[in-house]
Amino acid sequence: MNKKDLISIMDYSKEDYLRIMDLAADFEANPNQKLLDGKVVASLFFEPSTRTRLSFETAINRMGGRIIGFSDAGSSSVTKGETLHDTIRMVSQYADLIVMRHPMEGSARYAAEVSSVPVINAGDGANQHPTQTLLDMYSILKTQQTFDNLNLFMVGDLRYGRTVHSLLMALSQFDNPIFNFIAPEELLMPEEYKIYLREKGIRYFEHLEFTDIISEADIVYMTRVQKERFSDPMEYEKVKNVYILKNSMLKNTKPNMRILHPLPRVNEIATDVDQNEKAYYFQQARNGVYAREAIIAHALNLK
Amino acid sequence: MKEHKKKLKLKVSAISEGTVIDHIPSENLFDVISILELDQTPNMITFGANLESDKLGKKAIIKVSNQFFENDEINKIALIAPHAKLNIIRDYEVIEKKEVTIPDRIVGIVKCFNPKCITNSEPITTSFSVISKEPVALKCKYCEKITHENQMVIK
Repeated sequence: MNKKDLISIMDYSKEDYLRIMDLAADFEANPNQKLLDGKVVASLFFEPSTRTRLSFETAINRMGGRIIGFSDAGSSSVTKGETLHDTIRMVSQYADLIVMRHPMEGSARYAAEVSSVPVINAGDGANQHPTQTLLDMYSILKTQQTFDNLNLFMVGDLRYGRTVHSLLMALSQFDNPIFNFIAPEELLMPEEYKIYLREKGIRYFEHLEFTDIISEADIVYMTRVQKERFSDPMEYEKVKNVYILKNSMLKNTKPNMRILHPLPRVNEIATDVDQNEKAYYFQQARNGVYAREAIIAHALNLK
Repeated sequence: MKEHKKKLKLKVSAISEGTVIDHIPSENLFDVISILELDQTPNMITFGANLESDKLGKKAIIKVSNQFFENDEINKIALIAPHAKLNIIRDYEVIEKKEVTIPDRIVGIVKCFNPKCITNSEPITTSFSVISKEPVALKCKYCEKITHENQMVIK
């Protein structure tokens, strides 16, 4: 790949991850670096994603770039029946970089093949969302000072949650992680990821609940258990309160322990947790801007 | 058995120059014809289906006159006819025998099983890396999902 696209988290090596972490720290120290002065970035959101779009657009604005694009497919030429191929071919004539969110899986890899300028995947359906993973990693590094020897708790929907899958793949590149998967029977971590960990000799454990073991965690990564994921509504009713984090559960947790969540949260983290210093999900969102500034600078060789 | 083989030879007549593709699973005969674009060829073709086979139960055979295949071309059928054997015929003699092997990458031919994959909504040539050959498992270059042998549909 000559162009520095970011499509899948596994496109980056361990060295790339560490470089992005260094750049993100640099942008956090000085967010308003006008490296995109005179540059145009296309922000193409074929489905709405307010948080991701605002985070990217904040990053671009802080770097002094100009933005063209749309925030949902309804206001683009897609409604006239234009193919993704043609939209990307056209936009890559205008912009220096494309940030794209699209509901179809694999759309980002395809866009990168068609485009003459770098493409950053801001989510392609249930497939990949690599910038989320990099901001999660930056949040972990900031709060733990290392990626090695961490005990990571992943809680909730581990079956469909692409954020936990990508984070698992990325952190498996570092030394001696331990994964604890906490999920209901219907939403267990898929077998392919467990095979991957076994092949790498990485320890993991599976649990149906986590109240008794949370004291071992360095990171608790919460995700939402959605009702519509259950074939049997009764099953959802049985488990819906098991995967809710409450402030009372945090009493005996490690001092360095932090709670992450990709947001939006519904009820899986009780609001009384927000006041706890171990709640880190809003800072995590802020870190997303620095991580995305880093990713953009890396994609365009600006640093 | 010998008596039977003689009859078989009579049913699908010999060719003087060309290629005989044997041991094709009967149910995949027409997919093999389509993948090798034999439905487009001007050359004479004979084929037989539902012939008895010790290995496959029912097998199919194709004889194409005056046509020879590159390995890359013939390996495309390995997905649906993994035990196919080729006899290269010159002047009624078998001068070479070939087997097919599944390549490490499959371009085109197979549909991605994932209905949400972009290759199923735009005219894109599919591309898979072969992550297992027995049974076949193909990882889509685009959506990264794995199409297993029992989910494979030929385009």
